Amino acid sequence: MARADVMHQWPWYVAGPMIGLFVPILLLVGNRMFGVSSSLRHACAAALPGRAAFFQYDWRTTGGWNLAFVLGIVIGGMLTAAFLSDGQPTQVSAATQASLRALGVTDLTGVVPNEVFNWRALLTLRGVAMLLGGGFLVGFGASYAGGCTSGHAISGLADMQLPSLIAVVGFFGGGLVATWFILPRLLGA
Amino acid sequence: MTSPVPGTLPEPSTIAGSPLRGLTSYLLLGVAFGIVLTKSEVISWFRVQEMFRFQAFHMYGVMATAVFTAWLGLQLIRRLDLRTIDGTAISVPPKTLGRGTRYWAGGLIFGIGWALAGACPGPLFAMIGNGAVVMTASLASALAGTWVYGALRSRLPH
Repeated sequence: MARADVMHQWPWYVAGPMIGLFVPILLLVGNRMFGVSSSLRHACAAALPGRAAFFQYDWRTTGGWNLAFVLGIVIGGMLTAAFLSDGQPTQVSAATQASLRALGVTDLTGVVPNEVFNWRALLTLRGVAMLLGGGFLVGFGASYAGGCTSGHAISGLADMQLPSLIAVVGFFGGGLVATWFILPRLLGA
Repeated sequence: MTSPVPGTLPEPSTIAGSPLRGLTSYLLLGVAFGIVLTKSEVISWFRVQEMFRFQAFHMYGVMATAVFTAWLGLQLIRRLDLRTIDGTAISVPPKTLGRGTRYWAGGLIFGIGWALAGACPGPLFAMIGNGAVVMTASLASALAGTWVYGALRSRLPH
């Protein structure tokens, strides 16, 4: 692979298998099931368990690895931005660029729409709805469903678990509702 | 200890795990995962929009090949009866369906948040690393959502 290929966006047929490999690797390293959202539960159990039974357990033993893993994700993102990036904006399709432009999103640099996702936006309804509302629902929904995109959509589907299939259909249904009915009202306004 | 609600994850204390190998290996695996998440652009809010608008194959390709590779890995582990590197048996606990309410209801709620923030939990961490520091607000909110679920759990249908 040429250096430019590494620095550029990685195609799906390279990145997808690499992501999938984390399932067997984590099992082989320490019998851990690949999943990210449990880290949120462990963080709550560690920092503010309160009286909820859901948070009364030994988070160090069961969740220590998961918290180390997500800290690693942050560092991996930092390293990529610093050393492995050609700084190109996200190469989304022309159709997506047009759809987003119609909603007032034109700056495709970085990983989030800078026009909407910034600190000042937290003083606006749409900023609160997207950044805080979106985050809250991600945390609540993943805990309720017992997993997120990694735990259900990758680990669970790979293990052919029916509950995960139901959850993934839910993920997608919710995403479609938000994309087609909620976002246009928030961004178009 | 909590009384298990039907259809919940196994209680963390009952999940078999090898003795703590030192957290460094998991930290390094996380670093590798953060790099792949970033380079595949699945952490991009724009890519998530592209996916939910059915305007490109990229995200579907990533998900499909990830699931296929993970499935292959699980098959190999089972067929060859592989153990962890320190010799512990590998077990993948099945998820219990119960009435299934938690899966579709929790899934729908999660999906709405996923499209609004353009982030699911893994990417949320990677976005912060990539300099989208404002996503720490979303992460704090996700922690709040998790906490509220914990507080309401016994009153929710599962």
